[in-house]
Amino acid sequence: MKSEYALEARGITKTFPGVRALDGVDLRVRGGEVHALVGENGAGKSTLMLTLSGIYKPDEGEILVGGEPVVFTSPEDAAKKGIGIVFQELSLVPSLSIAENVFANRQPVDRIGFVDRPVLRKKTSELLALFELDSLDPDTLVRSLPLAQQQVVEILKAISHNPGVLILDEPTSSLTENEIKDLFRNIRTLTARGIACIYISHHLNEIFDIADTVTILRDGRFVCDARVKDIDEDFLVSNMVGRTIVDMYGMRNPADKLGDVRFEARGLGREGVFSGVGFTVRAGEIVAFAGLVGAGRTEVGRAIFGAEPVESGEMLLDGMKVNPRSPREAIAIGIGYLSEDRKSQGLFLDFSVRANLVANHLDDFCAGSPFIRETLTGDWANKAISDYRIATPDAERPVKNLSGGNQQKVLAAEWIGIGPKLLIVDEPTRGVDVGAKSEIYVLLRKLAAGGAAVMLISSDLSEVLGLADRIVVMKSGAVAGILDSSSATEEGVIALAAGAVQGAYLS
Amino acid sequence: MIFLIVSGIFIAMTFASPYFLSEGNLLALLLGLSIEAIIAVAMTNLMVSGGFDMSVGSIVAFTGAVTATLLKSGFPVVPAVVVGLAIGAAIGLFNGFIVSKLGINAFVTTLSSLSLFRGLTLIVSRGQNIANLPDSFKAIGQTKLGIVQTPILIAAILIICGDILLRRSRFFRQSYYIGGNEKAARLSGIPVDRMKLLGYVLTGLFAGIAGIVMTSRLGAASMTAGTGLELRVITAVIIGGASLQGGEGTVLGAFLGSLLMALITNALTLLGVDVYWQTFVIGGTLLVAVLIDRFGKLRKERTVKVTTK
Repeated sequence: MKSEYALEARGITKTFPGVRALDGVDLRVRGGEVHALVGENGAGKSTLMLTLSGIYKPDEGEILVGGEPVVFTSPEDAAKKGIGIVFQELSLVPSLSIAENVFANRQPVDRIGFVDRPVLRKKTSELLALFELDSLDPDTLVRSLPLAQQQVVEILKAISHNPGVLILDEPTSSLTENEIKDLFRNIRTLTARGIACIYISHHLNEIFDIADTVTILRDGRFVCDARVKDIDEDFLVSNMVGRTIVDMYGMRNPADKLGDVRFEARGLGREGVFSGVGFTVRAGEIVAFAGLVGAGRTEVGRAIFGAEPVESGEMLLDGMKVNPRSPREAIAIGIGYLSEDRKSQGLFLDFSVRANLVANHLDDFCAGSPFIRETLTGDWANKAISDYRIATPDAERPVKNLSGGNQQKVLAAEWIGIGPKLLIVDEPTRGVDVGAKSEIYVLLRKLAAGGAAVMLISSDLSEVLGLADRIVVMKSGAVAGILDSSSATEEGVIALAAGAVQGAYLS
Repeated sequence: MIFLIVSGIFIAMTFASPYFLSEGNLLALLLGLSIEAIIAVAMTNLMVSGGFDMSVGSIVAFTGAVTATLLKSGFPVVPAVVVGLAIGAAIGLFNGFIVSKLGINAFVTTLSSLSLFRGLTLIVSRGQNIANLPDSFKAIGQTKLGIVQTPILIAAILIICGDILLRRSRFFRQSYYIGGNEKAARLSGIPVDRMKLLGYVLTGLFAGIAGIVMTSRLGAASMTAGTGLELRVITAVIIGGASLQGGEGTVLGAFLGSLLMALITNALTLLGVDVYWQTFVIGGTLLVAVLIDRFGKLRKERTVKVTTK
């Protein structure tokens, strides 16, 4: 029985002890289409994906591939039956070649049983040609490839099984704008050949660029599916969250006048990384740093925080010259930094929420003695959990068990909690679901309203335009322009970031 | 957890052998583990911060040899001991500098130190044991306070102070953060390089203390002193709850780990088991301890992950 759907899931239910991760979820994907799967953290996207790729077995419901009901006994079985998957964390072996990775465990062999290298190279080249990369030598070691190309290798690995359906999990989280364009082109090459792509992403704007249809999940349930051209972002957001998020970025209360300049940078430079960087941030102001990946924004932020050196220029905090040479010194003078990559650089994943919340100011919990008073840390943690609405049953839960949005809230609570004069936040909503995003924006606004200066480094243009008072656009290590956000446009920012327009400075 | 195992063996042995619960046996047991227990105090802090020192056995031998040589050439006891301790700390500084400032892997660095300082020991002692040390020096390791020998007391004091400091002081709490996520620790304002360096210096110093105590107890500096000691110390610390990545472990746990190994060895001896089985059993104990720890964690993780979904 031929079906119009390449892949169909009906009434999938998956329960773990104590929680129903999926409750009667449906999914319908046609051949040759890009089908997006969206939902907040905890909505069930991962579980559904893991069920479709054979890693989990559904408790109820059925899966049909090409109209035929199938049962996957293992991921290898799912691959054989036509489901390919590319995880966010690549599963390549860096020290092996492209060919060896693509045909991992399935290398063509000659009569003796040894790997038939010429055939392996040829088959790999054919696959590379699909994505116009046939100039790449199949024997190239994967570790020498840039991340975006490694991802292509991972896709080829999945494609080499000739799947009818390819699942892509958050494929753009580490890519530059150009690389994303290439990825989309590759996806269209695949769909032109009749392969259906299931595209899972937090970046809602991408859905509108690449997807044909979308399924929305919420709390483990199927909410609806729709054709992308019939809907808009508000539709997605309100269905994902279950309520309309009006005015996500909030507005600075006009009654809160901006205060004096709290932080000033003059001619900051470090050889080969950034130069001549100068800007001001006033009390109550949120200044965003926009720019392409690699423009030097994080480097400037870390340099101000003392995590990286500053070779030239000077900085003033509340009018006094400062030069923090380590994060320790920066924290002591009132500068905080919420790092870009919370998992590897910001949080102690195995430690409790409580241990994370106090990490940057242990001194405050000693009451004058050399010993830490755990009652003080406990009180502080409980207060932060309730003030910041961190979803965790208690303060002892290891932070790795929290969702991305809540992990980010823990990080935010940790840094806002030291009462910084200047807080640098680097990509605060990366990998964070829509509900938590708006909460973080509220936190940042409140911090600024309390008189702090906030430096927001972000690659999310709508976030930059919606949240900031002024926007510093960086390009190749220099300040390309400083815009007032009330008059700035996305095109204007991109133009500066990509170098088309020179020096539009705000007077 | 490990406390239960230790208590269990204790109780079992009390019934299994009439000699077990005797004063002589128990004191001998504690005396035997005192050297490694002293080193384990500092090694726990080091491993909690993610570090690792394979050279402690050689440090024990070298400090012993140097102190003994000084004593034989007429140095008074106190300066000789101070020099010995300083050397231990200096070797720790050497290790720490290479690991934290030059960024060379701890395993490779301390493995080299193991050979470097064992070699220096042989050179200093000219391949012979240095015996006939002055009585005033031997008093350190050979006196008794009541029925308890001094090495046991020294170990006890260091263990108790060490446990309190590591468990509760703000300063050493930083070691846990460094072991948990070094990059995040740095960004949280923790002086990572300084703490790591200090961890190695302390380990060297405590190895020096152990070296002096051992030399004075034996009344001689043996050129093979401390051989294999590093493995026993690290085993004890791991049984006590530390992991190689860092971020967990306690001094009390390390002591219990040491006690467990000593109890097992003691049990095997009292039960008449062939002495050659002892090394085998120690290896088995470590494996079992780590497996129990791992399964306990996996089970905890599964229930926790699910209830927060």
